[in-house]
Amino acid sequence: MKILYGMQRPDEGEIRVNGKPVGFHTPADAIGAGIGMVHQHFMLADNLTVLENVVLGSEPRRGGLALDFAAARKKIREISDAYGLGVRPDVPVEDLGVGDRQRVEILKVLYRGARILILDEPTAVLVPHEVDELFDNLRGLVREGLTILFISHKLDEVLRVADEITVIRRGTTVATVNPKDVTSRKLAELMVGSELPSPETRESTVTDVVALSVRDLTVRTGDGRPVVDDVSFDIHKGEVLGIAGVEGNGQAELVEAIMGMRPCEAGALTLGGADISQWSTLKRRAGGIGYIPEDRHRHGLLLESPLWENRILGHQTRRPNVKGPWIDRAGARADTRRIVEEYDVRTPGIDVDAATLSGGNQQKLIVGREMSGDPVLLIASHPTRGVDIGAQAAIWDHLRTARAAGLAVLLISADLDELIGLSDTLKVILRGRIVADVDPANVTPEQLGSAMTGAGEGV
Amino acid sequence: MNGFVDRLLGRVRLGGWLAVAAPVIAVAFAVLITSVVLLIAGSDPVGAFTTLAEYGTQPRSMAMILNTGVMYYISALAVAVGFRMNLFNIGVDGQYRLAAVVAAGLGGAAVVPGVLNIVLVIVVAVVVGALWAAIAGLLRVYRGVSEVISTIMLNAIATGLGSWLVSEHFGVLTGNDLGTRPIPDDAHMPGIPLIAGTPVLVNGFIVVAVLLGIAYWVVLNRTRFGFELRATGKSESAAVASGVSVKKMIVVTMVMSGAVAGLIGMPELLGASYKYSNNFPAGLGFTGIAIALLGRNNPVGMAVGALLWSFLDNSSNQLQLLDISKEIVQIMQGVVVLSVIIAYELVHRYRIVAEQRRVSRELAAPQEAPKAEAAA
Repeated sequence: MKILYGMQRPDEGEIRVNGKPVGFHTPADAIGAGIGMVHQHFMLADNLTVLENVVLGSEPRRGGLALDFAAARKKIREISDAYGLGVRPDVPVEDLGVGDRQRVEILKVLYRGARILILDEPTAVLVPHEVDELFDNLRGLVREGLTILFISHKLDEVLRVADEITVIRRGTTVATVNPKDVTSRKLAELMVGSELPSPETRESTVTDVVALSVRDLTVRTGDGRPVVDDVSFDIHKGEVLGIAGVEGNGQAELVEAIMGMRPCEAGALTLGGADISQWSTLKRRAGGIGYIPEDRHRHGLLLESPLWENRILGHQTRRPNVKGPWIDRAGARADTRRIVEEYDVRTPGIDVDAATLSGGNQQKLIVGREMSGDPVLLIASHPTRGVDIGAQAAIWDHLRTARAAGLAVLLISADLDELIGLSDTLKVILRGRIVADVDPANVTPEQLGSAMTGAGEGV
Repeated sequence: MNGFVDRLLGRVRLGGWLAVAAPVIAVAFAVLITSVVLLIAGSDPVGAFTTLAEYGTQPRSMAMILNTGVMYYISALAVAVGFRMNLFNIGVDGQYRLAAVVAAGLGGAAVVPGVLNIVLVIVVAVVVGALWAAIAGLLRVYRGVSEVISTIMLNAIATGLGSWLVSEHFGVLTGNDLGTRPIPDDAHMPGIPLIAGTPVLVNGFIVVAVLLGIAYWVVLNRTRFGFELRATGKSESAAVASGVSVKKMIVVTMVMSGAVAGLIGMPELLGASYKYSNNFPAGLGFTGIAIALLGRNNPVGMAVGALLWSFLDNSSNQLQLLDISKEIVQIMQGVVVLSVIIAYELVHRYRIVAEQRRVSRELAAPQEAPKAEAAA
């Protein structure tokens, strides 16, 4: 994908666009050949309008210096109408929802004349009805003669939207199939190379012992707006408590408040009977909270440090990483080897930088690290986001095993199947408030999706 | 971009022969550029470099190079402590000068005798340097003031404060030179006859400098504190999530950087001039920044950088014998720093590509190995 968009150069092989072999050195070359990419993480400037974002970098000129916004506005309207995108050019991007932003990203590439669109995990941040809208848009684009390369881990979506499916495993094409001829089970088996994992948990292991108790927790932003509003719940040993919600409804702030990374306005936190509200992050971690962060690159890893130094991160007060004020290199290295072995982190050694591992292997390293030192509570924020299906199955397995051994898990995820499959208890968060309790045993992703957007009543 | 700054500040390791390749390429490139400049100026580059090399290898010059190098090295260490966690302590210059003024004033007053006076002078210098740097650390933590801005401002204030202290409180006039009262003979740091064949002694502070270099390495690489400092420098967000108190780290690191900065003036004060006057060396803090960049915050690299810098400074006067402006040395120093940065960037890119290739090659090979099956 990076090669197709000119961000990385191939070692061998060739790319043909419309039958002509091409070589890309930069993304500009790829754009020149009519290839456009919509990234998983939106690349938009929030404080600019849609129009300004779209023209950024390829501004239409008039008379040398002046910007010709009128022409740009006209062109954006034309594209928007032609493909039914419904984009309004003069709204600031910060006022738009996630689905709208994604349409702006698509329009941005079309504006640059792309005829081939690469979409990288476009549905990761969308709720089900936004996904439906996106698919309608994509079908519209295909009808107009565009080519779309849709990259996703979500098999049912691929089956719904694609005309042809190519399965890639570890950088090799495994199979190319017609979606009419395969089931999502068959497709998943092609991806994993063996039988299909499922997030289903078996018998309940929930005990009566409360591991973490959260009471009336409120977190406010700098301007006094509550982002977590009066939230209360208990997690028992051996229980997985899932929090469902559209991203940006207070999940990240809730997690950071429990970790002590963000001050809370009000509320009490009790971990295994001890009041931890005033504890520092370090003390909470040492007290038995493991943390799989939402963004592993920002919060979970030192990308340009070797794996064994990453083993120490967040556990720098505990054995086997330290002896008193000294780093215990031998201990940390030996334990890193154990994690690599037990959690099947695919790496040539523990001295390579974390950045050289794939996302799935980075995540397995983090899971292994956070499971070390007998945690009482594990906060798992999007534990399988952006990882391959093999690593996903492995991570689910580890969570289940730990749960059976009495670990309490707070699970936050955008993957509704994962939430429904793994959770013993499921709560829905909307605008910082817990708005519904859902029984994961008999709820469908569609019902959950509408509860998350506030559309469904009494699920 | 952030990655580039990380590499610039040496927070990224280069392994094996690559670590040596970059500086060698850089120095060779600097020699080349300087030769071109010399040719354009109508001088003979071979003659110039021969003169520099001949002068630099005489015993007397070697002792002098070591003496200046000691101050440069301590200055580079002070800067590097901050660099390792993304703190740009531009104020090393003001910190060491203010520390030297106060320490010289107290040392000259000779409140305690002999060796105790040496200890007092050093402790006072360390404390003054640390406190002056702490101001910038506290401003950053509690008011969000960039330490780059505040330390530059504090440099200016230190200059004024130092002049006021000398003229109003500590100053005595010796001829035309206004300076602090000289530190008595019994509190002089003895020199070491390290280099044979010259009466010039090597400043006794070289021992302190070597110990500081070792301490710098041990603290950063072998202690929990050093790990937290480096982690904060590499990724502040990951450090916060790992329970590192970044505010505390900022203040502590600034204090440490300032404490080391306080020592910069000590070789001169206790081993050469024994007083603070208008002739006291200035601008060492900025030299330290250049050397920290040159040595990439590595204790050995900075030692080599300090000696190279000191060699160029000391031998620049010799060029005038050949009718070459001694400012050519400054051009050379600048080019060395720039080419080191560029060479490391190139080597780093090469290493990233090589490592990614290696990882994917080693992982692609054992497709049928038992490990792959266990994973599924």
